[in-house]
Amino acid sequence: MTVATETRTGEAGHWGAEVRSDLQVRIEPRSRGGIDIELESRVKPYYGDAIRRQAEEVLEALGVRHAQVQIHDEGALPFVIAARVEAAVRRAGRGEGTRVLPDRIALPEPSSRDRMRRSRLYVPGSEPKYFINAALHGADAIILDLEDSVHASEKDAARLLVRNALRAVDFLECERMVRINQLPLGLEDLDEIVPESPDLILIPKVENPGQVVEAGKRIAAIKGDYGITRPIWLMPILESALGIENAFAIATASEKIVALTIGLEDYTADLGVVKTSAGAESLFARQRVVNAAHAAGLQAIDSVFGDVGDMDGLRAWGLNSRALGFEGMGCVHPLQIPVIHEAFAPTPAEIERARKIVAAYNEAQEKGLGVVSLGSKMIDPPVVNRALKLMARAKAMGIVD
Amino acid sequence: MVDGRARDQSGAAEAIEDKMAILDRIELVTNAAGRTVPETVNGRTQTAYMGVGKYQPRGNKAAPPIRTAADYPVNGDKRVADLQTALRKCGLRDGMVISSHHHLRDGDRVALMALEAAARIGVKDLMWFPSASFPSQQGAIELMESRVIDHIEGSMNGPLGDYCTQGKMRGMGVLRSHGGRWQAIQDGEVHIDIAVIAAPTADPFGNCDGSHGKSACGSLGFALADSTYADHVIAVTDNLVPFPCIPWQIQGNNVDYVVEVDSIGDPAKIVSGTTQITRSPDRLRIAEFVAHFLRDAGILRNGFSFQAGAGGIALAFVSYLKQMMKQAGIKARFVRGGSTKYLVELLEEGLTDYILDGQTFDLDGVRSMADNPRHVATSPFTSYNYHGKGNFASMVDAVVLGATEVDTDFNANVVTHSDGRLLHGIGGWQNCLAAGCTILAVPSFRDRIPVIVDEVTTLCGPGELIDVVVTERGIAINPRRQDLLDAVKGSKLPIRPIADIKKEVERICGGRPQRPKRGERPVAIVKWVDGTVLDTVWQIP
Repeated sequence: MTVATETRTGEAGHWGAEVRSDLQVRIEPRSRGGIDIELESRVKPYYGDAIRRQAEEVLEALGVRHAQVQIHDEGALPFVIAARVEAAVRRAGRGEGTRVLPDRIALPEPSSRDRMRRSRLYVPGSEPKYFINAALHGADAIILDLEDSVHASEKDAARLLVRNALRAVDFLECERMVRINQLPLGLEDLDEIVPESPDLILIPKVENPGQVVEAGKRIAAIKGDYGITRPIWLMPILESALGIENAFAIATASEKIVALTIGLEDYTADLGVVKTSAGAESLFARQRVVNAAHAAGLQAIDSVFGDVGDMDGLRAWGLNSRALGFEGMGCVHPLQIPVIHEAFAPTPAEIERARKIVAAYNEAQEKGLGVVSLGSKMIDPPVVNRALKLMARAKAMGIVD
Repeated sequence: MVDGRARDQSGAAEAIEDKMAILDRIELVTNAAGRTVPETVNGRTQTAYMGVGKYQPRGNKAAPPIRTAADYPVNGDKRVADLQTALRKCGLRDGMVISSHHHLRDGDRVALMALEAAARIGVKDLMWFPSASFPSQQGAIELMESRVIDHIEGSMNGPLGDYCTQGKMRGMGVLRSHGGRWQAIQDGEVHIDIAVIAAPTADPFGNCDGSHGKSACGSLGFALADSTYADHVIAVTDNLVPFPCIPWQIQGNNVDYVVEVDSIGDPAKIVSGTTQITRSPDRLRIAEFVAHFLRDAGILRNGFSFQAGAGGIALAFVSYLKQMMKQAGIKARFVRGGSTKYLVELLEEGLTDYILDGQTFDLDGVRSMADNPRHVATSPFTSYNYHGKGNFASMVDAVVLGATEVDTDFNANVVTHSDGRLLHGIGGWQNCLAAGCTILAVPSFRDRIPVIVDEVTTLCGPGELIDVVVTERGIAINPRRQDLLDAVKGSKLPIRPIADIKKEVERICGGRPQRPKRGERPVAIVKWVDGTVLDTVWQIP
């Protein structure tokens, strides 16, 4: 069988003095002559042989037997090298239908529906240097982002990087989230991502329940194909006036949804208003998200605070956000994490009051009393419930023993 | 001294061949640290490293020749027209040792000016003995090519470091700590023929001050030994003031000649405007761990002392420490510079009684030293000298240092890249290891290159003196320091065995790195603080 394949050059990745932990791969398939690798690397004396060997293995797995290959490496880790070589081969029109997967470290425990989601750190899906230590900074979740932080021309390559990162990078205690692209492009992301069992998928720019259903169906189908039984939760992002109007319908579109969140950049753009740090222009939308989420039994999660230099502004935003009923927010820099955790933590006065209520409740239980009272005041069951929840949350945050 | 070795005057090429032949015959021995070191360097027999505190030389200290005041102008005016005249008057000839200090850092113009003046006089085979060299002094390469300079004994990095590591320098490089340089001058291992001292302010008698003038650099401590032990001393200034220059850090009574020039250096490169704290979250995490470690280990207490450099992690560490000191109401008795804005703030906010400053890194440091009597200039003599009757470094409670590599026995490298190329000088690093608690604050890997390794490429610091390694992935305490291990029991800090961190890093990096190929020819030696040879830097072709 002879197939006339067009020979085109495939390039992927980045190099240069400012680039770290990445590489650029340029592949020119040939009809004969074997694999010829030209390697430049700042770590050549230490890993030069390993880089060549890895590139050869990936090429072989993708069925590329003859090619001129140029690699400019800036100290990329093996999972990045594999993703970049694969992206370059695919861009050269080869290797279709084959995945070259790096070794997988042990999967963490599946995440639970109601786990704490105070902070979720966004990491651009095309910047591998940020993946490596992302989990060290104590966020509740890491979001590997394929959407807004990735240029349209890099979507295919970022998808492979994120896929490999889910296999090879230890995200420690962090929930492993991926933000896919807006549908229908997001469905292609799911094909690469879901087999690696992320804990949660963020679906951007959701305006109607059908979009969640569509994503959910695709996820279920892929899980079926790969025999994946652990849960993959969903978090729709509402980012338009229409999305906000449909908040409750979206919140109840799938039983896999655990939280509802809002994207304020797009929302304010949709309204044609300026996004302010006081946030009056989005107050209605945010309250609607909180209300819809609670009506559906979900967590309400706030947007990000974009000014990395303004820690006081971030703290104020977070405190207000908690007061509105949100349980967490996004982070765009690791330095925001402790500030957010502090803002979403119950205050000492709240803890003290809750502790007293819980003690009174326990005492009433012991005595077999139906009515809980604290001093001269009768405590209603919802108040007791809130106190129990608050104490459980404070415990999870490490604030109380 | 560089003489004592036959010189072939017939041509550079032959001289180099001759030199290669000498190098080929160099006998190597294994020292107490198990490292292979040459027995003879630049014609001088060496003592191989024997262990920490083991080498105890006897005899008397070196001294300059006796002078008589009658030979110097009674009006105290020692000015001469230019450097060339001053060098001639000092009797400059082939093979001499010319020294310079590095307080002007990458902005210095004086060292090259002096060496170029020597070239114009026509002398050859000088040994340049800077307290450190900088990339802007790469003009020295040309002077080595033309045989004006035979070799450099002092730290080399950038282009000079590459020149040395590639084996192009005729003599062998000798890398010493700041204290080791003083030791070598004091015990006569190095005799300075002519010291050329760049002075931001000086008077015609030769009193010099570093903290005033358009080229102010703060302390002049690195030049003190040169001023008292050299045969001849030349002060070079771009801010000549009438006698007396107050305060004086260099005493004019040690100075032979004073030369006035337009500029001794580029102020923009002498001190940085503002030193910036790193914004890298990984490096901030390391800095925060270090500060918390000092707290949890009980080192942070009233009257304590510490030293930290001017690197990004060190500055961030000071800022975390400051918050904790304020919260806990703790005050330090003294902190040791390299001073920066951040140390100056501690002093000005009453969080330390004194800054004992070896070198001054930014404008705030220079200003503070000039204005604040509690910001005191120190020297390697007070702080680091092996032949001193004690020194300050061992009285510091904790020191925070960097490193390029550290092995699982806590031995560390600071002078070469992992591939053996010269990266930076030893500075005060080796001397600081004497502190009560020596902490290396390092990332666990850089660009896929593990920092925690099986064996360091070049040994600069014996593991028995390195107590704690703090990385973004955890804190390793030297098992020799059971007291520290006990002190932090119950701490929430991620304290882990060093081998554990190394294993994790090797998994991330995709296995152990290959051992880079190293040349067979020694091109420089690393001295220990006592003057013995700790390790060798090998040629990289």
